[in-house]
Order: sequence, then C-alpha cells, then structure tokens
Amino acid sequence: MSEALFRVEKLTRRYSDPGREVLGLDQVDLSLAKGGRLGIVGESGSGKSTLVRLLAGLDRPTSGRIWYEGTEITGLPERRLGFLRASVQMVFQDPRSSLNPRMRVGDIITEPLRSRLVRRQLSAEVDHGARLAEVLAAVDLPADAAGRFPHEFSGGQRQRIAIARALAPKPEVLIADEPVSALDVSVRAQVLNLLTELVADQGLTLIVVSHDLMVVRHLCDQLAVMRAGRIVEQGATSDVYSAPKTDYTAALLAAVPKIRTGAGRGDSEPPGRFGEPKSGREGAHQ
Amino acid sequence: MSLLEVRDLTVRFGRHRTVAVDGVSFSLAAGGRLGLIGESGSGKTVTALAILGLLPGNADLSGEIDLAGHRIATLSEQRLSRLRGDVVSMVFQEPMTALDPTMRAGRQVAEVLRLHAGAEAGPARDRVVAMLAEVGLADPERVADSFPHQLSGGQRQRVILAMALINAPELVICDEPTTALDVTVQATVLEKLDQVLDASGAACLFISHDLAVVSQVCDQVMVMLDGRLVESGSVAELFTNPKHPYTKGLVATARLDAVEPGQRLPVVEDFYHPATGESR
Repeated sequence: MSEALFRVEKLTRRYSDPGREVLGLDQVDLSLAKGGRLGIVGESGSGKSTLVRLLAGLDRPTSGRIWYEGTEITGLPERRLGFLRASVQMVFQDPRSSLNPRMRVGDIITEPLRSRLVRRQLSAEVDHGARLAEVLAAVDLPADAAGRFPHEFSGGQRQRIAIARALAPKPEVLIADEPVSALDVSVRAQVLNLLTELVADQGLTLIVVSHDLMVVRHLCDQLAVMRAGRIVEQGATSDVYSAPKTDYTAALLAAVPKIRTGAGRGDSEPPGRFGEPKSGREGAHQ
Repeated sequence: MSLLEVRDLTVRFGRHRTVAVDGVSFSLAAGGRLGLIGESGSGKTVTALAILGLLPGNADLSGEIDLAGHRIATLSEQRLSRLRGDVVSMVFQEPMTALDPTMRAGRQVAEVLRLHAGAEAGPARDRVVAMLAEVGLADPERVADSFPHQLSGGQRQRVILAMALINAPELVICDEPTTALDVTVQATVLEKLDQVLDASGAACLFISHDLAVVSQVCDQVMVMLDGRLVESGSVAELFTNPKHPYTKGLVATARLDAVEPGQRLPVVEDFYHPATGESR
C-alpha cells in the first residue's frame, strides 16, 4: 500500500460533552490512492465531516493513525504540518459563512499563499498576482472579481471563489464538504461541471462529503457509506449503487427524491384523485 | 370557488421600488397541492409572505389576493392574525429559528391552539400530544416535554408541522420545508406531510427549488423567474414536456440521474439565456 496517498488505521475521535461521551468516529480504516475520487455519504452525525477534518489536519484523533504520502501526520506539531496545509485544501458547504465578508476576493484567494507554513512548502516564491489570475480563470470568474467583496456575488459565484482559494496553493487533494447543497439547482450543475473539469485537468485527488447520493455518484468513482462513526460499506461507486450490501445503504438510496414524471403522487398514492380538489371540508371555517 | 385566488400580484420594495413579484396570477382549489419552483431571489417567498399578509412595511403591493373569501389587503392586523392559523399556516425552512429555544415544544404547539381555538390548558395538552403523534413522532410525550435543542432536525420540523396543522387550516404554505434535512429524514417528513394533508384535506402551496421534492408532493406546479410566472401546469406534464426554455433548462439540469457519472451536466444556460431572455 505504498502508493496510497492517504492511509487511515483504526481512526477514532471521541467528543466529550459534560456528562456524556460521543463517538464521532469509531475505528475507521481507509485508503485512498493518488488521483482517486472518493465520496463519503451518510446521515448527519454519521462522522463524515469528522473524518475529513481529521484527514485535513483540522482536528486531532483520539486514537488511530493517519499517513499522508507515507508520512504519519497524527502527532505532528502544527509547525510541521505545512506540507499538509499546502497539499490538502478544503471547500465548505456554505460560501456565505466560509468567506470573510470584510476581505476582498483577491485577498481571500491568495490568503493561503501568504501563510508562513504553506509558503515554506512552495518550491519558489509564487507570484501572487499571476496565481490569482490563473485560478480566477480556472473557475470562470472575471479578473475584476479580485477587487470586489463576497457579498457582491451570487451563491454559485461565491462557491467558485471558495474553490479558487482552495486551488491557489496548487494542492494535490481537494476535500469538498457538501459543496453544492447550499446552491440552487440551476447553479449546482455548473459547480459540479467545474469540479469535474478541475479534477481532470489538474489531476487532483478528490474527496467529497455529501448527503446527496446523486452528487457523489456523479463526482466519485469510490464510495464509503458511514453510519454512527463507522464505515458500513465501501467499494466502487457503480457497484454500491447497483447492488448495495447493507440495508442502510439501500435505505439511503431509496430516500433520494426522484422527479415524478408519471401521473399520480408516489407509489402509496391512492389512484384517481390526481388534481382533484378534495371535498368534505366545506363549512369548516365560515 | 377557489380557496386561494391571486390576481395580478405585484410587490415592490424600498425607495427604488425594486420589483420582486411582477404580475403574478394563479388560483388554488380547496385540498389542491400546488408547487412553486424557482431560484433564490425569484420571488417565491415574497409571494408566500404576501398571501400571509406578512410583507414588511417598505413593501408596496398591488393586485388582489382572496383567501377563503377574505381580501387580504383590506384586513386589519387583528383580523389577519386570526386568519393566520385558522385558515392559513406556514412551515418555514429552518426549524431551529422557527421555534422558540426557551420554550418546551409541547407548549409552543399548545400556544398556537390556545390563541386560535381558546382551548383550556388541560385538554390542549392531550390534543398537542395527539397531533405530535399524528405527524409521526414516535414518543410524542417526551417530544412535548423537550426543548428544541434536545430534538433532531427532523423532529423539530415535525413539531413545526404539528403547529401548522393543529388548528386544521384550509391552506398550509410550506417554504423549503425539508431543505435543511438529511435525505432519509426528508423522505419521512415528506411522507408525513403527504399523509396529514390528505387526512385533514388542507390545500398546500409548496415552495421549493428542488424539482424532485415538488413532484413528490404536488399535483400542479408553477415556475417563477425574476418575479414572473413563466410556466404552470400539472406536475406530470410540466416535468416531462416543459415548454418555456427556462423550465426546460431547470428540468434538464435537475436530472443528475440522466447523465453518466463524470460527463458534463446540462446547465440552464444551454436552454435559456438570462441576459436576452431568448432560447438557444
């Protein structure tokens, strides 16, 4: 398993509230090769975000180990995590709250380049202006966006800004935590197309956390299904979708709302009342 | 006669008289299920607030809204607040902000009942617990005694649903009621909504940007773009055979299942160009 970009062994994270302990992540094993596209699905509280926060080094596990490119990151002090900060970048769900409203877009995007930890990792001194222009073009934002503030942009454009920021230090891994769930349907496709292109063009390794199984199916070739802090099913996305092995995965898949194109509402719907006003309530509120 | 009749509704905001809703007309029969889809800022929520008489003071409204024989614009604030709850109720998107964090869930539902039906505290409790059971909460007694933060998102949204339904309104307006929920929780909340609407015979105006969700709940659907209704029709017809280029784009872009993984997804702009308003 020397070629694995990320390797995780018996990863456990306990959160302690006064009076009770919550097992956020429970003995998770995982391995992701370079260039892989891994989707992590599961309900709220299943441990999806906890897992990726640990991978990105934003949180420390209670026990267990994580290797990135053969280097163990668990237990490393912050000052020695620079290589991880430069090569693993995150995009969060809501670009309204993940972008600093008081900073200009150009400063937001180049902020990772100004970090002392990241700067030490970059081969040569990066021309911030040139890199800014590059990533703005990569996410299809106009060059004059740099001088404006986040509130001047729509939700979809703000998510592009967040992606541009993540791309700025030329990362190897992009971790996207619910990247499109705060977006309108009409911009969701644009952002998904952008992510697909970027991953292909720049050879990125992608980790996507989502409760939307169709989004993950579209972006990822591997899938991990989480429940109560554990990975309950793992495999090639197409296999898991066509033949889920656990009832939990099957239930998740069944819950995905589908556009109903036939007449009659749902399967449980008694036939024959499509579009008809119901009777029997006249006079209730006169 | 329709339960809700909206004629040429136009809403403008502020000094610049920015148009949020532009000449919207539609009607909803008693017991009918009408979906309203569109993007953020298209005017969906403003339309709902106008029907509820809840527009802020800087809004300028023209056109007519008739709800169960009442002309909304002519009603006093006192009459309006009686109407809200008795005739029409609303389910909002974020169940955490719609509930009072300092009050037990059961009391919040009971308060709605007391305000409108004048029920006594004792019998109110029984009806509240019964209503909480009806919206599918497994342990209604415990939920009634819980504070909102002790409940999950799905439980909170069902408490909101119970509040909206306990006075047996004729119209329930749902504004993105399941957007903040997990898919599995969303599925159960939608199923419960479907059941309780059927059981009570209430009509529903269901606002969402999620076409699939609207198609699960509604019979009829309207598409809103920049404050205007661009298309309306039955769910089956509109989603299989959309006519307006914008609707075509919306339907195409929502069908993630129709595209091979990793292939380019259709976007609205393939069908409709916002700047010119023309189809391609």
